[in-house]
Amino acid sequence: MKTLEPTMNALEITDLTKTYQSKSRTVEALKGISLNVKQGDFFALLGPNGAGKSTTIGIISSLVNKTSGTVKVFGHDIDTELEVAKAQIGLVPQEFNFNMFETVLQVVVNQAGYYGVERSEALTRAEKYLKQTDLWEKRNARGRELSGGMKRRLMIARALMHEPKILILDEPTAGVDIEIRRGMWEFLKDLNAQGITIILTTHYLEEAEMLCRNIAIIDQGKIGQNTNMKSLLATLNVETFVLDTKPFEQPPVLNDYRHQVIDDHTIEIEVQKSQGLNDVFAQLSEQNIQVLSMRNKANRLEELFVRMVEEGKSGQTKEAK
Amino acid sequence: MLSYSVALKSILTKECTRFLRIWVQTLVPPAITMTLYFVIFGNLVGSRIGEMGGFDYMSFIVPGLIMMSVITNSYSNVASSFYSAKFQRNIEELLVAPVPNYIIVLGYIGGGMLRGLLVGLIVTCVSMLFVDIQIHSYTILIFTVLMTSMVFSLAGLINAIFANSFDDISIIPTFILTPLTYLGGVFYSLTLLPEIWQDISKINPIVYMVNAFRYGFLGVSDVNLTFAVAMIFGFTVIFFSLALYLINKGIGIRS
Repeated sequence: MKTLEPTMNALEITDLTKTYQSKSRTVEALKGISLNVKQGDFFALLGPNGAGKSTTIGIISSLVNKTSGTVKVFGHDIDTELEVAKAQIGLVPQEFNFNMFETVLQVVVNQAGYYGVERSEALTRAEKYLKQTDLWEKRNARGRELSGGMKRRLMIARALMHEPKILILDEPTAGVDIEIRRGMWEFLKDLNAQGITIILTTHYLEEAEMLCRNIAIIDQGKIGQNTNMKSLLATLNVETFVLDTKPFEQPPVLNDYRHQVIDDHTIEIEVQKSQGLNDVFAQLSEQNIQVLSMRNKANRLEELFVRMVEEGKSGQTKEAK
Repeated sequence: MLSYSVALKSILTKECTRFLRIWVQTLVPPAITMTLYFVIFGNLVGSRIGEMGGFDYMSFIVPGLIMMSVITNSYSNVASSFYSAKFQRNIEELLVAPVPNYIIVLGYIGGGMLRGLLVGLIVTCVSMLFVDIQIHSYTILIFTVLMTSMVFSLAGLINAIFANSFDDISIIPTFILTPLTYLGGVFYSLTLLPEIWQDISKINPIVYMVNAFRYGFLGVSDVNLTFAVAMIFGFTVIFFSLALYLINKGIGIRS
């Protein structure tokens, strides 16, 4: 097997645009986005609904025709080497898109066949990936008989059947319960550890923060941020904490901190990066308020994301004015 | 190098599995319908009609009825399978894979042809309960049935590409295909028609397919055989090119 340069880009997108045209209107879904994903990366593509994430994934995986720009998968341009580029990609789409009347085994074996994998080899791989996704016992069940979580795992198993170098997952854990979601996170981490480049879109920002090393935030068809997760989180200046306390009679007074008393045993407090938490605890102790537990109101990436999207919206409003 | 033959085999397997899984809907109805045609038109009505084209009426209509079942089943198999794949979005399984578009077209029309030919074989077996089958030219017979099933599989594919609802894949069979088939010389010889209607009938491509097929069985045809074979071949090339062009452009399947 050919060894790839460690710095090679798994995905290179340059000046990618997509305009949807209908009789009544024209929508610019992508306005010239550029981004690179390194080989072996675990990359998050985030953005609010309608930002252009699924369009981008659709273009990479040939489900959407681009308007202009270039996309290269492991150096293979989708305009000139489409089939070679496609062979590198495994796609787990947002919507269930397998034949609900076929059995689990038929779905994965057929998919392998489309990639040129002989049936005998496909059956071996089917056992491997269906076992890894806990679907082997369900191999003879029809797609429509599976639960939501099983259907999602089936789409992951299907995407792995041709052993792609890059796995693109569009909202892979949507509607999946927390236990299965955590199991899927471990599975995806293992795949990444085996060298598979993973690109993930998700609404669970905790998921992106926990799994991904690099991130691009796309909003209104443009890339707002494209950096590594640590650098991005370091830009977060303010965090909101929720303190659970023993019940208090007088609302606490906290100098220099914006805070809100939710009820007689809960306080929400905004802490600047420069402030730290020791002073908060000191002030509460002086007022005989005992803190029982503390948690982030939202995870750090979520706070950043919400602020960025809000800034984007206010910028757009100003432009409109 | 990717093996396209494996991809083609996978599409064909998937298509055959589909129509065999629902054999009660796909294979049994044509057998029952054609048996009724043989009993009513062939035995009951046909016995009073006498000869047609130099043969007893039952023998005359057998090739047309076989061809009619091949045409309708080839068409409807691809139209419903491809449209269902669009509707359920599992066509995306093929679109994301490194399968050239001509393989997708060949895979789907191959499925349609296999169903059409299997139904044709079933109807032939049923007809053998009523008449002694004779074959005049195996070459013409096989060429005509293969190419006709391909033409109508392609037509079903083109219909499904443009279809936006399940209604759209039933409109053409109901309002165009069925009238053309019934007026295509299945039940009568064109020589029975006034000359003007004979000329008008010759605009109908199914006339050429039915007559070429009948020539394969009985050695008689109402139209020039060479012209009929050329017509069938011409339609195959035109429909294949059109279907491939539409898939290449992503009409109805890519945004």
